[in-house]
Amino acid sequence: MTATIFRRELASYFATPLAYVFIVIFLMLSGALTFFLGGWFERGQADLLPFFGFHPWLYLFLVPAISMRLWAEERKSGTIELLLTLPITVFQAVLGKFLAAWVFIGLALLLTFPMWVTVNYLGTPDNGVILAAYLGSWLMAGAFLAVGSCMSAATNNQVIAFILSVVVCFLFILIGFSMLFDAMKDWAPLPLLDAVTGLSFLSHFQAISRGVLDLRDVLFFLVMITAWLLATAIVIDIKKAS
Amino acid sequence: MVKVENLSKTFGRFKAVDQLSFSVEAGEVLGFLGPNGAGKSTTMKMITGFIAPSSGTAQIGDFDIRRQPVQAKALLGYLPEGAPAYADMTPLQFLRFAAAIRSLGPTADKRINEVVEQLMLQDVLHRPIDTLSKGFKRRVGIAQAILHDPSILILDEPTDGLDPMQKHEVRSLITNLAEDKIVIVSTHILEEVNAVCSRALIIANGQLVVDAKPEELEAQSEYHGAVTLKLADNTDPRAALQGLPSVFRVENYPDDPKRVTAVPNSGSPIFNDIQALAQRESWAVEEMFAERGRLEDVFRRLVDSHVSNSEPQRGAA
Repeated sequence: MTATIFRRELASYFATPLAYVFIVIFLMLSGALTFFLGGWFERGQADLLPFFGFHPWLYLFLVPAISMRLWAEERKSGTIELLLTLPITVFQAVLGKFLAAWVFIGLALLLTFPMWVTVNYLGTPDNGVILAAYLGSWLMAGAFLAVGSCMSAATNNQVIAFILSVVVCFLFILIGFSMLFDAMKDWAPLPLLDAVTGLSFLSHFQAISRGVLDLRDVLFFLVMITAWLLATAIVIDIKKAS
Repeated sequence: MVKVENLSKTFGRFKAVDQLSFSVEAGEVLGFLGPNGAGKSTTMKMITGFIAPSSGTAQIGDFDIRRQPVQAKALLGYLPEGAPAYADMTPLQFLRFAAAIRSLGPTADKRINEVVEQLMLQDVLHRPIDTLSKGFKRRVGIAQAILHDPSILILDEPTDGLDPMQKHEVRSLITNLAEDKIVIVSTHILEEVNAVCSRALIIANGQLVVDAKPEELEAQSEYHGAVTLKLADNTDPRAALQGLPSVFRVENYPDDPKRVTAVPNSGSPIFNDIQALAQRESWAVEEMFAERGRLEDVFRRLVDSHVSNSEPQRGAA
């Protein structure tokens, strides 16, 4: 059942210009950021750190653009009533739609392979690190997407869904920054400090993209995704009546 | 079997559906009637498991829609209000999706061909649903609902937006399907009740007003057995008709002065009396027929009296 919904959703991305526009913008932005802002050539190092370093910021705006329609559109067009009266559970629908969006973003990510080709042509990078960074980037995109899915379920207005997702995702990036740490360290007990900074998308992503593929970082994103998807199912159950 | 038990739904302080109970057996076509906002769609949404009732439940076949929603929903075919469908898909893709999710397996293509033929969708199979007319959209929705040959079919305003030809086709489709199934149709078109329903359920303010066969409803009309008469010449039959003991009152039509309608005294048959009168008076009768009753009339009267009776209670609640 989840697979059927997954296939329908994935096909729907390509039924409209959405998929192509998204992929082109994603590739152009990620390239431009890497070369111009990241100074990739000037660094003279055979790695993709500047490329991956911009991904959290790129996802911050591009992933909510994908996720905002997940449920808001279903509710607006009334198809949610059709979908949820089919013999499936809400979670199967949530999971199918999420996986389609995640695979779609994964596809966009895969299409950045010329970066990898270029860096291998110019030097001898550590391809293990690059692979880990790709995986980390995709996991992080999944976490953004799961947040966005929940925000989309909470409203039938796509613009509101977009803004809410950006704000919540931004918070999850922000708590990895030292300014928050500094602001909290004087009064907050250590376990709380640990817990809060441990929720940061940024620090877990950076750990993975340095090539340290720690199971805990991978688990963090998977747990994050699961939790937000469960929240999505609950929000849909509560909100669908209205 | 569909068995609805004390179904209620409140939105905040508003009672959309209030302690509704009824049951439907195979072979019945239940017409679900009521003024706009009476709770028809809300009831259907609860029976099909889209929204959870505030209290009460619905038994779908052997399954309780609240406890075993997936099994219950597998028995249902549902056309939601407004016939929503994925706009970017073509009807063929849409039906294939429905077939896959209903696990039709190898019989899917055969069934899709059958429903496409039944609903005459051949010409639009490969056009995005977005670009289809309202009538075609509705038929795509119905095709989706009957695709898996469900034993229980729930259609929310299936003929809304269709032209008279299409209405007729959908009605005969429902009648054909109904032989061994349960069909629940919501409508606000009263002629539909006569055309397809074997039973009518009228609700108002979320409460059951009446549960009766269409004939029984018609019999409640003051026009049940009323005789309309039109004479060829300029004779005025009104005084003579009014003189009959079985006639309650005589109505005339400003736009057609030769036509009169005699309303009987509390359902007593008057056709024979009037026929005898016409022979005695040697009227040149151009047209004469008895009515079965006017549903509109009955509907309005029942709903009005229900609403005015229950108003004080609702205010206090």
